[in-house]
Amino acid sequence: MQAALAPTIPFTARKPRRVLPGFGLSLGYTILYLSLVVLIPLAAIFLKTADLGWNRFLQVVGTPRVVAALELSFGAAAAAALVNTFAGLLVAWVLARYEFPLRRLVDALVDLPFALPTAVAGIALTALYAPNGLLGRLLEPLGIKVAYTPLGIVVALVFIGLPFVVRTVQPVLEDLDHEVEQAAATLGANGVQIFLRIVLPAVWPALLTGFTLAFARAIGEYGSVIFIAGNMPMRSEIAPLLIVTKLEQYEYAAATGIAVVMLLISFFLLLGINALQAWSQRRLLGTT
Amino acid sequence: MSAAKPRSNQGFGRAALVALALGYLALFLLLPFGVVFAQAFSRGLATYLHALTDPTARSAIWLTLTVAAIAVPLNLVFGVVAAWTVTKYDFRGKSALITLIDLPFAVSPVISGLIYVLLFGAHGWFGEWLYAHDIKVIFAVPGIVLATVFVTFPFVARELIPVMQAQGRDEEETALSLGATGWQTFRRVTLPNIRWGLLYGVLLCNARAMGEFGAVSVVSGHIRGLTNTMPLHVEILYNEYNATAAFAVASLLALLAIVTLAARAALESRAPELKRATKTAGGHP
Repeated sequence: MQAALAPTIPFTARKPRRVLPGFGLSLGYTILYLSLVVLIPLAAIFLKTADLGWNRFLQVVGTPRVVAALELSFGAAAAAALVNTFAGLLVAWVLARYEFPLRRLVDALVDLPFALPTAVAGIALTALYAPNGLLGRLLEPLGIKVAYTPLGIVVALVFIGLPFVVRTVQPVLEDLDHEVEQAAATLGANGVQIFLRIVLPAVWPALLTGFTLAFARAIGEYGSVIFIAGNMPMRSEIAPLLIVTKLEQYEYAAATGIAVVMLLISFFLLLGINALQAWSQRRLLGTT
Repeated sequence: MSAAKPRSNQGFGRAALVALALGYLALFLLLPFGVVFAQAFSRGLATYLHALTDPTARSAIWLTLTVAAIAVPLNLVFGVVAAWTVTKYDFRGKSALITLIDLPFAVSPVISGLIYVLLFGAHGWFGEWLYAHDIKVIFAVPGIVLATVFVTFPFVARELIPVMQAQGRDEEETALSLGATGWQTFRRVTLPNIRWGLLYGVLLCNARAMGEFGAVSVVSGHIRGLTNTMPLHVEILYNEYNATAAFAVASLLALLAIVTLAARAALESRAPELKRATKTAGGHP
């Protein structure tokens, strides 16, 4: 065995197998364009913040208004992602498992929040939930105020985040072997038991990925939120809006400081998503 | 087969779940969408058309088309080259490169605008040099294009990578061994294979380019008739309590969303393999 393999080892070790021409050109162009458009501009924000120094940075991002905005952004994003985890699982389940009229249309409709510009979603939701709006009028007598409150922010983020959960969970549900569920049913398991013992264990990595994607998107969301939020400092002012406000007041240090905090958290979430996906893929390959 | 037939209470549970899901989607997705058109036509067709033919509206529509016409081709070329690079060659750091291509998705739109202000704004790195040479980037069209290129950067690559990964390299390698040049191989073998995926990526890229709000808002300066794109025009009209006109312009963007989704559905029925590849890859906007 060893002898048979030996001659090929030095050959493959020297150079990976690249049959197609143009490697240098393609990789060079990819890295150049990536650097010019994405990496160098993003680096600017970190270098700008490094100029501030640690103490000034903490001072800038530690003001009550900034802390309140960051807390609101992360809190509302987490609440909305949680709502979407349940609603997304329900919609994905119905789309993956049941036949009903207009199923394909509904399936396409789920992507509407991806396709609809955020500003359009923002003014539409505000018109709906304003005190004189179609839904606002119904909710007002119940004492529920949605528009111009933190609840309105959550509603906007729920709208934005739904497709993330549906689109990560749906393919897993479609792949899931029906026979296992049917076997469980013939052995006397009821619907709830089948769901908790068979479906949920298979689907929860996708569910977690969907939650994280929706959460990450919601943290930075701007267009759909600012119309419905009311934008009161300390109460309903999200972090991205505060960046814009600071920028308009020429407070660059504060704007970049908030941006760096948000970016760092987003990057960690992105790494987490990648790790999650790699892990769940390994898990799938391992079990089947 | 008969074993799969639902018992009656199972059938009821099924109907209840479908009704619940459809009710949720109607309330949270369809209703906001319908409101756009209801509000746009609330004062009749004449007001609607007037809002769209207003000179500032027309210049906003024109600017949006121009920006998309620059940003989409740039990212189209990049997307094809990047997808080709990561699927047709083996090299170290490939997965890091794929993660970096996704990076703009993880950045808040507002921050995507902010980075260009820090580079090209009056107090930015190149601010003084640009001022001395009388070149305007921020609060001008070039800044809007840059911010749009940034936020739509990953779309084409993201759609193509899974498609090309699934297709492998055999066909290209065969073409080469039969004497085709690299360019011929790309044009005659690769391009026809990826055309639907490419169209799909371009559609999504274009929808985002035309609809982007946050990033563009930061760099635009909101100069009416000059640096206002359609989404920014919607915002200005809305903030001026001219809701009907705001929804009229918004209805055009909503139509764009419908056309995008319809084209996407049509592409998926033409090339079913797309559905799989893109849906698993792209829980992304």
